[in-house]
Amino acid sequence: MTDLAQLVPYDEALSRYEPVIGIETHVELGTTTKMFCGCPTTFGLEPNSAVCPVCLGLPGSLPVANRAAIEYTIRIGLALNCSIATWCRFARKNYFYPDMPKDFQISQYDEPLCTDGWLDVVVGGRTVRVGIERVHLEEDTGKSLHMGGATGRIHGAEYSLVDYNRAGIPLVEVVTKPVAGTGALAPEAARAYVTELRDLLRALGVSDVRMEEGSLRSDVNVSLAPNGAAEWGTRTETKNVNSLRSVERAVRFEIERQAAVLDAGQKVVQETRHFHEDHGTTTAGRSKEEAQDYRYFPEPDLVPVAPDRDWVEQIRASLPELPAARRARLQAEWGLSGLEMTQLQNAGALDLIGATVGAGASAADARKWWMGELARHANVAGTDLAELPITPAEVARVSALVQAGTINDKLARQVLEGVLAGEGDPDAVVAARGLAIVSDDAALTEAVDAAIAANPDIAAKIRDGKTAAVGALVGAVMKATRGRADASRASALILDRLG
Amino acid sequence: MAARDAGAGSKLTRLTAAEIAAAVASGEVSAVEVTQAHLDRIVAVDSDVHAFLHVAGNAALAAAEDVDRKRAAGEPLGPLAGVPLALKDVMTTADMPTTCGSKILEGWRPPYDATVTRRLRDAGVVILGKTNMDEFAMGSSTENSAYGPSHNPWDLTRIPGGSSGGSSAAVAAYEAPLAIGTDTGGSIRQPASVCGIVGMKPTYGGSSRYGLVAFASSLDTPGPLARTVLDAALLHEVMSGHDPCDSTSVDAPVPPVVAAARQADVSGLRVGVVTEFSGGGSQTGVQARFTEAVELLESLGAKVVEVSCPHFTYALPAYYLIAPSECSSNLARFDAMRYGLRAGDDGTRSADEVMSLTREAGFGPEVKRRIMLGTYALSSGYYDAYYGKAQQVRTLITQDFEAAFEQVDVLVSPTTPTTAFPIGERVDDPMAMYLADLFTIPSDLAGNAAISVPCGLAPEDGLPVGLQIMAPALADDRAYRVGAAVESALEQRWGGPLLAKAKELREPSGGTQ
Repeated sequence: MTDLAQLVPYDEALSRYEPVIGIETHVELGTTTKMFCGCPTTFGLEPNSAVCPVCLGLPGSLPVANRAAIEYTIRIGLALNCSIATWCRFARKNYFYPDMPKDFQISQYDEPLCTDGWLDVVVGGRTVRVGIERVHLEEDTGKSLHMGGATGRIHGAEYSLVDYNRAGIPLVEVVTKPVAGTGALAPEAARAYVTELRDLLRALGVSDVRMEEGSLRSDVNVSLAPNGAAEWGTRTETKNVNSLRSVERAVRFEIERQAAVLDAGQKVVQETRHFHEDHGTTTAGRSKEEAQDYRYFPEPDLVPVAPDRDWVEQIRASLPELPAARRARLQAEWGLSGLEMTQLQNAGALDLIGATVGAGASAADARKWWMGELARHANVAGTDLAELPITPAEVARVSALVQAGTINDKLARQVLEGVLAGEGDPDAVVAARGLAIVSDDAALTEAVDAAIAANPDIAAKIRDGKTAAVGALVGAVMKATRGRADASRASALILDRLG
Repeated sequence: MAARDAGAGSKLTRLTAAEIAAAVASGEVSAVEVTQAHLDRIVAVDSDVHAFLHVAGNAALAAAEDVDRKRAAGEPLGPLAGVPLALKDVMTTADMPTTCGSKILEGWRPPYDATVTRRLRDAGVVILGKTNMDEFAMGSSTENSAYGPSHNPWDLTRIPGGSSGGSSAAVAAYEAPLAIGTDTGGSIRQPASVCGIVGMKPTYGGSSRYGLVAFASSLDTPGPLARTVLDAALLHEVMSGHDPCDSTSVDAPVPPVVAAARQADVSGLRVGVVTEFSGGGSQTGVQARFTEAVELLESLGAKVVEVSCPHFTYALPAYYLIAPSECSSNLARFDAMRYGLRAGDDGTRSADEVMSLTREAGFGPEVKRRIMLGTYALSSGYYDAYYGKAQQVRTLITQDFEAAFEQVDVLVSPTTPTTAFPIGERVDDPMAMYLADLFTIPSDLAGNAAISVPCGLAPEDGLPVGLQIMAPALADDRAYRVGAAVESALEQRWGGPLLAKAKELREPSGGTQ
């Protein structure tokens, strides 16, 4: 079913079917040490250097739960408006795999730490409340590297290597309730949810939420039902979708694919699917029939987790300002419409603008530069705004130089270009490129005189009182000074001479 | 020289741990001499007894030298410094192999010491080596060891009990005055009983499981084996206490077990005879000795009553669902990927195939049986009927204990229904083998303390019978107090320890080897 010819065009699919989505997101917590031992969680260490008897699952070793990880999970649960369990247990999820040292994963099953919450996201100008089913805590597995094959997958590989540095890193799984009613906006809603969740987790300081390093990974559930159907359709679960853009694409692709399956009178197979970044497609993985029986049972090596209510309230009281509240505050402070705010958020410009304002620029100026000239540069370079080699402080300095009249908007664009090119900070670029506005009469008079001499017809018109023509002479002055002339002073000098 | 050493050595091996510790502390004898005497005894008798899977002679002598050096330097010594000990091969040791009696771990050298191992070393206890056991502690005879059975020093044709049978045999054969065992369904008390020595299962969580290769996590409890109740208490105190590396470890002071063993007084104590375990079902001589022991307690001033624990009869089936369920998960890690045996890895097979071939080749039949039982009991659709139901029974058994301990201070029963049976008798009948743990399992399921002390020989076969004394959780001292009183009264009656009645093991002539 991955033949692209068998897809139904998106709009057509949506004309007949109603999508329901659900998202499971795994987040590696940013604790200093692992979930059940004292090994560091640092990313990128020499393979198998951050390991000990516990996270290697050596015979005789025992887990001890990391209090900080439990606190982080409660923090996430509270921020997602969940109930926090008064008593819950870890469970063993049993299955054999070489990158899982004990051949079972310590997870939570029917007693998650946090349940029944919600997260509001803005999609297409309206707010969609995404229900949160549960937030639970578990340990990550090691990482298998399949060597010698063409694809990097286990199929066709000559041998495999396992790095257990990641094994035992605390992992939180956030599971949404099914989200229905978003229609054609389903892919966008999925992306908006993961974006909002990522920003929330970042604000909570519980994870570095780097999708490219795998510290935040989402599985995307999609099902389709004919319009007006009483029941939802069979869902597929697309695993490890590792960028915001991919989340959107995966949902979109599954809608187009499942519509084709249903159009052909076939049934959607309940299965896990793999997403392929390069084509934006999904292919079948394990089906429900082959699904494993994980033989969950309460983990006897750990005592139950019973978070004290006072502790939970302390955590609640210590929550930072959350992204939604912050956005509302900034929107009011900056005097923006909801749509403008959404644009800033989608462009990833909120923090940058906030920091630029913090460095002294006006909100209007900060927004103008980040969403205008700098967004254009980012677009050309194909990167995110945040990746541009310029700091909010530097943008604020450019804004200040304009305000002071040292440069104008046109020169400011050259200054930004210089900073991005690595020529130094804004002041250095202004100095090196000689971009400061020339308003000194002595320097301007020469250019003014040359312009008058070169354009006798225009000069005559001005002498005749047609002062509107002065603009043409100012243009000539600007051209001669490569844009650096103080336009109003040049205009005054021209009128002075010809008046 | 050899002759003199043999004579002096054989005397040293007959001493209790308390006597050895005192002699080492006073300088009457060196720890090295004591250690050498026991190593000599091992050389002399272990080819017959087969208590040890690994003897660490050099490491033991080095540890003994360390104790002697400390003593010479005037440094303080622990209460068991310089006393040799046999360690069950289920506890990890950084300087010795740890096989758990299984082929799948043959040659594995753990990179770390178990907490119990470390505490023993820190206390100056001299670890002689690792003792034989039923594979992964599953069995009651050591016949499930992949390395051949151990033999009962009372009668070498009979089993020494299990799973800690190597440990009980080593102590009964004077190869070590102390041993560590682990109890999951009776694996300390039953071997102690059939070897005529003392074995204590502490309160669950009273001794650390960190470094104990797990069979059933919610049941496994390390504990002491010794020839006297006081020795067991001394070892209990050294090995126990809260361990932050074991979440299930009890964060409370170790009960005053040594003081209780010295107190040895039962006057005014209420003793309950478990109705369900005192009727038929036991061998005649076992029943007779048990009845005498109860009469003895009464004569010592205890008030004896019958107490019914109606759910104890369901303990065995509940145990054989809970323990295999946990073992099916605990033993999953033996998958050939990181350590231990790897079978069939010829470059053509997948990881899955190598895992299967390794587990097929590496595990013995009893381990496979329990893994399959447990896998089944935890399966989706069967969980509630098996594992879930067994956990409910477990709760009922715990409640039976709680109700009983409102009426009495301790409960008593025979430790095991029979004396040591002949090697080979039950190997083809797992149900008969499981019955050996009939009386010991309830305390494992409830997690309370229980001790086995010798209470005589069965007239029909002349083999040892054990008395089990069960005390509430965290009241381990009470078990010692009653055990020591029984021991003291019986030794007066017998004119010495029961073990003195065992016939001498044949030592090769010509002194030490």
